[in-house]
Amino acid sequence: MSLYGVPLSDSRGQRVLHPTREQYVATVKALLDDTFVMCIDLTAVDFLTHPGRELPEGIAAERFEVVVNLLSLERRERIRVRVQVPESDATLPTLFDMYPGSEAMEREVYDMFGIAFSNHPDLTRILMPEDWDGHPLRKDYDQGRIPVQFSADFPAREA
Amino acid sequence: MTDIVSTIREGNEPAQGLKPRSELTARELLREVGAVLRMSEAEAAKLGDIPVDPSEDQTMIINMGPQHPSTHGVLRLMLELQGETVLRCKPIIGYLHTGMEKTGENLTYMQGGTNVTRMDYLSPLNNELVFSMATEKLLGIDGDIPERAVWMRMLLSELNRMSSHLLFMATNGMDLGAVSMMIYGWREREDVLRFFQKVTGLRMNHNFIRPGGVAADLPEGWRDDVLHLLDSIPPRLEEYDILMTGQPIWRDRLQGVGVITQAEAMALGATGPILRSTGVEWDLRRDQPYLHYDEVEFDVIVGSYGDAFDRYAIRLNEIRESIKIVRQILDRMPTGDYRIQNKKITPPPRARIDESMEALIHHFKIFTEGFKVPEGEVYVAIESPRGEIGCYIASDGSATPYRLHVRAPSFVNIQCLPHMMRGGLVADAVAVISSVDPVLGEVDR
Repeated sequence: MSLYGVPLSDSRGQRVLHPTREQYVATVKALLDDTFVMCIDLTAVDFLTHPGRELPEGIAAERFEVVVNLLSLERRERIRVRVQVPESDATLPTLFDMYPGSEAMEREVYDMFGIAFSNHPDLTRILMPEDWDGHPLRKDYDQGRIPVQFSADFPAREA
Repeated sequence: MTDIVSTIREGNEPAQGLKPRSELTARELLREVGAVLRMSEAEAAKLGDIPVDPSEDQTMIINMGPQHPSTHGVLRLMLELQGETVLRCKPIIGYLHTGMEKTGENLTYMQGGTNVTRMDYLSPLNNELVFSMATEKLLGIDGDIPERAVWMRMLLSELNRMSSHLLFMATNGMDLGAVSMMIYGWREREDVLRFFQKVTGLRMNHNFIRPGGVAADLPEGWRDDVLHLLDSIPPRLEEYDILMTGQPIWRDRLQGVGVITQAEAMALGATGPILRSTGVEWDLRRDQPYLHYDEVEFDVIVGSYGDAFDRYAIRLNEIRESIKIVRQILDRMPTGDYRIQNKKITPPPRARIDESMEALIHHFKIFTEGFKVPEGEVYVAIESPRGEIGCYIASDGSATPYRLHVRAPSFVNIQCLPHMMRGGLVADAVAVISSVDPVLGEVDR
């Protein structure tokens, strides 16, 4: 199965598109023109400790996967776009120009996974402090390893 | 003035904050003014132009929050003001971030409910519901949930919508100076919470809706309690109408404030009362029915101006619709099991544990190890009081989710703030925040 030349799979009755990184923006644009006017959700998964997963033929599994959920109000349909992002070059073009609402969600993915969205207007951390080390939702980021942020020798702010 | 700005920039506020006007790029502005589809950078740059008078500083950047009584928790807004007018606004979040999605990866599906229920703490049952529905879909048992459990879920979900909107009435009133409304709203909400306490044992954070059904059957006398709620709340709503809806001061404070258009709301991904206030008839209960919402009669309330008053009126009338739904649920509540009788998922009944070693072991295993969920990934969405709450779970076949993501409606809705506030008065900022009704617990997760 395919749609716009992109492999289409079925996950528990939900339609999932698997474009490559190069096809990503064009696929989403085609969906936007095809009444999918809302970007409901954008998130990512780090498959570091679970590399073997089912993907359509021709799609090589990478460490990261960005998952975009789109919604068509007119047809009352949903579609999901899953795009593989390699660890060596964890970047992806932004969807901001098509869906301004993806802005905060892309920032969250950047903050939590360290995936950079090129041409994003304000790619900064959104939930964690600006000077935080690491990306908490990566699988190699341990739970319960919290450095002390505020201590007695914290430099006083100069007036 | 420049000193203050540079302190903000160089002191404790690096790139996350609102940039001073001198460093503003058109693309940045496009983001901060709440970008609209198909607006070019040149058009956005034009929006940023203000008359330049080199002799004095034109604008001032101030912080509102995170400890501000009308920011509903710990939302911080950086506002650029020219006199009393808000030119730009940037919400800064993360003050309540506790890594709940990371925590969720280390809790079994059995324990997961305790985690997600704390995200949107004003509608905990909806959080549990969406998490349970996603888990059930992964397990492939979403069609086998007993009828009574489904109707119980609907009952609790609708009552939760009422309690959440009643609290909105209270906080919205309080934010705008109708302080007596605050007391009334809390009072009615407390009635609903008392019912929740009777059913689930807790006022909030229930962990009552679980994968496979609900935790317990309805207690004796529940029907009378619900009927009491349904009889006592509508007259109070009439009182709200008298107190607020028709009152000129109230209308003046809300009408035409925080306006957002249809195209903007859709582009920004806003859902729930914000999207409906612009006239878009979109309610997942009707448009993508889950549970048995396709079998009950109710109206989807829509506004026409997209302003704060529409959002207030929508929520007020959604309480009435919920009452209508709850009455139908009372008529249709079937008898039977309240959870699925699937040995893999359901712990054995308490009485069996005393007489059967196998049941004891089974009980122990299910609560310590949890149950395994087949590999796969799924996204399930329902209509929470604040909009679409979604749950994305990727499973690797173990007893804990490999990745648990909750699409929080407030997190996305909050992006509308800069757009709604632009060009308004700083006093209206309070009305705008209130009308978006964000819950910071789910914004930051």
